[in-house]
Amino acid sequence: MKQVELVPHLFRTEYRKIVSVLCKLFGIEHIEIAEDIVSDTFLLASQVWGLKGLPENPTAWLYTVAKNKSKDYLKHNSVFAKTIAKEIKLHAVASEEIEIDLSIKNINDSQLAMIFVVCHPCNSTEAQIGLALNLLCGFGADEIANAFLTSREIIYKRLQRSKEKLRAEKIKIEQPTSLEITDRLPAVLMTLYLLFNEGYYSSNQDITLRKDLCLEAMRLIYLLVGNEQTNQPSANALLSLICFHSSRFDARLNQNGEIVLYQDQDASLWNQELIEKGEYFLNRASQGSTISKYHLEAGIAYWHTIKADTKEKWENILQLYNQLLLIEYSPIAALNRTFALAKVYGKNEAIIEAEKIKLTDNHLYHSLLGELYAGIDNTKAISHLHNALTLAKSTTDQLFISNKILECEKAILANMRSFI
Amino acid sequence: MKDFLLVFRNDYSTMPKASPEEMQASTKRWMDWIGGIAAQNKLTDRGNRLVPAGKVLRAGNVITDGPYSEIKESLVGYSLVKANSLDEATELAKGCPILKIGGNVEVREISIL
Repeated sequence: MKQVELVPHLFRTEYRKIVSVLCKLFGIEHIEIAEDIVSDTFLLASQVWGLKGLPENPTAWLYTVAKNKSKDYLKHNSVFAKTIAKEIKLHAVASEEIEIDLSIKNINDSQLAMIFVVCHPCNSTEAQIGLALNLLCGFGADEIANAFLTSREIIYKRLQRSKEKLRAEKIKIEQPTSLEITDRLPAVLMTLYLLFNEGYYSSNQDITLRKDLCLEAMRLIYLLVGNEQTNQPSANALLSLICFHSSRFDARLNQNGEIVLYQDQDASLWNQELIEKGEYFLNRASQGSTISKYHLEAGIAYWHTIKADTKEKWENILQLYNQLLLIEYSPIAALNRTFALAKVYGKNEAIIEAEKIKLTDNHLYHSLLGELYAGIDNTKAISHLHNALTLAKSTTDQLFISNKILECEKAILANMRSFI
Repeated sequence: MKDFLLVFRNDYSTMPKASPEEMQASTKRWMDWIGGIAAQNKLTDRGNRLVPAGKVLRAGNVITDGPYSEIKESLVGYSLVKANSLDEATELAKGCPILKIGGNVEVREISIL
């Protein structure tokens, strides 16, 4: 890797590790000091490496510099030294020298502890996602603002507020106990799931950024699955789901960042390696007796990795959606279930079911009815598609719906001609 | 929205002894029906089935085995749904697979204590 690429790359992979270790060492009150020390380390790296060339082992270099900077800080900042350093010494080894442990084990433990801190329910989920990107993924306020399509100031303030909240609540950064894990793993998984969705379903045109968000979510869940205590069926199911979805990343967007519908995707662009990973983690998820919504969603995503439209496939998808809706209602699951129902029992049956759902202010509801009525009653199809067009917000959606209207109009014309 | 109890009744003696395949198909029909209610966000609790064996306790500590053999309509299960009116709740009950095998669904509004 060239030097220009190496620093940002290491920033992505190492920043969060060192920050986690230092945060755990300093405590929640001093997150900013930890962040400053690591930022300084990277600044120094880009200066020194630019002048003298790359060190033999860049990562080790970063660790050494971060350690020394931390020790310097502890020595020279009198306030910090008097209050915190004493405590650290008490907590840490009894030796005079404060040990900063950047071993793989302590890095993993610290990151796991940080995941549970970041996903603490004292902050809103939105704030948790921001914090996760900032502290666990090394995203700056600019990048997060870009991902959320909002301003840097808003994100900056939100991050400050959520860190303040963690401090105020005196959240401890420590290895979660097994009771805490049982208690809070669902909330952690939910935040990581939403982080993934933020990238996967974002209306942001920046494909690289969106892919990054998805990869970061995947990486954090890997961390959970890699830890004995958090390696639970639901975490494996979520990882499986994310692998299956990500396998279609390159196929589901065209060069302009516009969505390519599932049935129109080039299956040769589906990433087989990720599909296999998804299957692997789905198998690992099938231990135990509880079925989480991630299990069901992973099952649905699994069937979508099979391109051929078989009866078996859609029957399975329908049953999984039925079960998913029993666990948790969501408009999108209700609509997708009805689409699967059309594939199994035909459009007429599905129209009856769709009209019962009555999500009349949702553009996807009208798009679905447009799709179902197409070829059965094109006039009704067009009327629904016009409703969808009025309700749709993104230009991609609007363009897609307009094309669908054109298709239906053409079909009507063709029908009329056949009568003449 | 109010809560309604759907009570499923059927005659155990006429209920077919289903093969595993039939059982599977029957489960699918139930899931399609209940999934349809859930898709309308009107399912409160999918409920449960009841096993045929039971006891009836009467005053004076008289205990009998369930009155099933002589009763045509045994309680076989229940679900909880929510709807704006009794009519709407009854509408949800339509399509219940038990209707196809000779059973019935009683729809009752729940009066919260």
